[in-house]
Amino acid sequence: MSTLNQAQVAELAEYLETCELDAKEATKITDRYPDMDFEDAYDIQYAIRRRKLDRGHTLAGLKVGLTSRAKMKQMGVDTPIYGFLADYFDRPDGADIKTDELIHPKVEAELAFVTKAPLKGPGCHAGNVLAATDFVIPAVEIIDSRYENFRFDLVSVIADNASSSRFVLGGRMARPSDIDARNLGVVLERNGEIVELGAGAAVLGHPAASVALLANMLGERDEEIPSGTLILTGGITAAVTVNKGDAVNVRFQDLGSVGMRFV
Amino acid sequence: MNEQRIKELGDELFDALRAQRMIAPLTEREPDITIDDAYHVSLRMVERRVADGEKIIGKKIGVTSKAVQNMLNVHQPDFGYLTDRMVYGNGDEMPISEQLIQARAEGEIAFMLKKDLSGPGVTNADVLAATEAVMPCFEIVDSRIRDWQIKIQDTVADNASCGLFVLGDNAVDPRKVDLATVGMVVEKNGSIISTGAGAAALGSPVNCVAWLANTLGRFGISLKAGEVILSGSLVPLEPVVPGDFMRVEIGGIGSASVRFV
Repeated sequence: MSTLNQAQVAELAEYLETCELDAKEATKITDRYPDMDFEDAYDIQYAIRRRKLDRGHTLAGLKVGLTSRAKMKQMGVDTPIYGFLADYFDRPDGADIKTDELIHPKVEAELAFVTKAPLKGPGCHAGNVLAATDFVIPAVEIIDSRYENFRFDLVSVIADNASSSRFVLGGRMARPSDIDARNLGVVLERNGEIVELGAGAAVLGHPAASVALLANMLGERDEEIPSGTLILTGGITAAVTVNKGDAVNVRFQDLGSVGMRFV
Repeated sequence: MNEQRIKELGDELFDALRAQRMIAPLTEREPDITIDDAYHVSLRMVERRVADGEKIIGKKIGVTSKAVQNMLNVHQPDFGYLTDRMVYGNGDEMPISEQLIQARAEGEIAFMLKKDLSGPGVTNADVLAATEAVMPCFEIVDSRIRDWQIKIQDTVADNASCGLFVLGDNAVDPRKVDLATVGMVVEKNGSIISTGAGAAALGSPVNCVAWLANTLGRFGISLKAGEVILSGSLVPLEPVVPGDFMRVEIGGIGSASVRFV
């Protein structure tokens, strides 16, 4: 049940996207529209997506956020959220990431999936996901909530495209049958110091469960995950603040590493 | 600290262990106790255990995570002795109500040695060459010190807070895994409570074993072929009570589980 009309959705989409493009902080949109619901929030997110596609950008993939139990508990919700990745979010391994284009970036280590068959919910499960996965590849997502101090509620963050901002893929890809994604370890270093560690199970018990959940959430809008989609499955580690001058390197068990510098 | 006092404190800790009784922190009563003194107390405690029929089968390394080092305000690990009476098999019932006081579980990687390691000068390459296999392990730590109110000297004197331990039934050649990046997933009563990776212990569990070999080497002690070495926790400590079930799985190495009674 949406509560906003089309003009309000368009206005909020323009507001949030402008904040993203200008790297300036937004005020929480639920301050103005306290009755907004999930449907409104995803409507705004899809409007932001359309604005980018209309300007000639392409869709690079999808992401799932708030996938760790700790984060869900902290937000008082029992469901993760999703967002989209635009082509210009993509940065090569070892890239210089310009902090001037971002507000207050944080990095988290994730396992990315690339599909080779469509996935459609409801009823999608981890088995379907593994069968439809072409390969997995290490990823670092740079999230950058447009909201002041990353303070937001669930509805606000969905509208803000789940804080999506940049991502880097690297290391070695692998077939899902060749790795143990649940017990796959990651070690995140900033400027050579280990700051976060974890294993794949931090993401909903198994990163494939995150993709299944995405298919089921999209199913509610009668959409599917098309073949060939890149999906960032959610942070295995907590998000780590980065500043200009920081170098980040993440090692993935058996899959090499991903690195970048913030300039 | 004089020899008499070291002996008294070692005896007091041994008696507390056997009686499952907590004692006041040594650092409250002996404010000048050094870490060296504490190791001598620990040695006295383990001598009492050996005199009582226990056999030393290996060693444990503790205080390897940054979080615990910061808590204790030290920037080095510590070690304790493992005896035959501490070890349990995969899936066993562990009688913590009859043996321990305030148990906490930690997931670790255990090293089985096939060659002696004598420091100083032991490198990571030496450790790997001397390792027969690595195994998944739960160490159930315990403190004879009241309410875990420990400073570094207290835990060192108390055999590095060692309690009991469980080995899984997989033993993997260390050449087959990257011990710094292996992932760990810990479940308690069926829920995942923490995840971690090998680098949580001093950057790599291999660093921990090298540290131990070099530290003991300064006292003329070697790590022996056949010994089991617990290399330090990769996840936060978890308090456990009788009735709890815990399971740890390590990527590329295997799993271990234990039921507390």
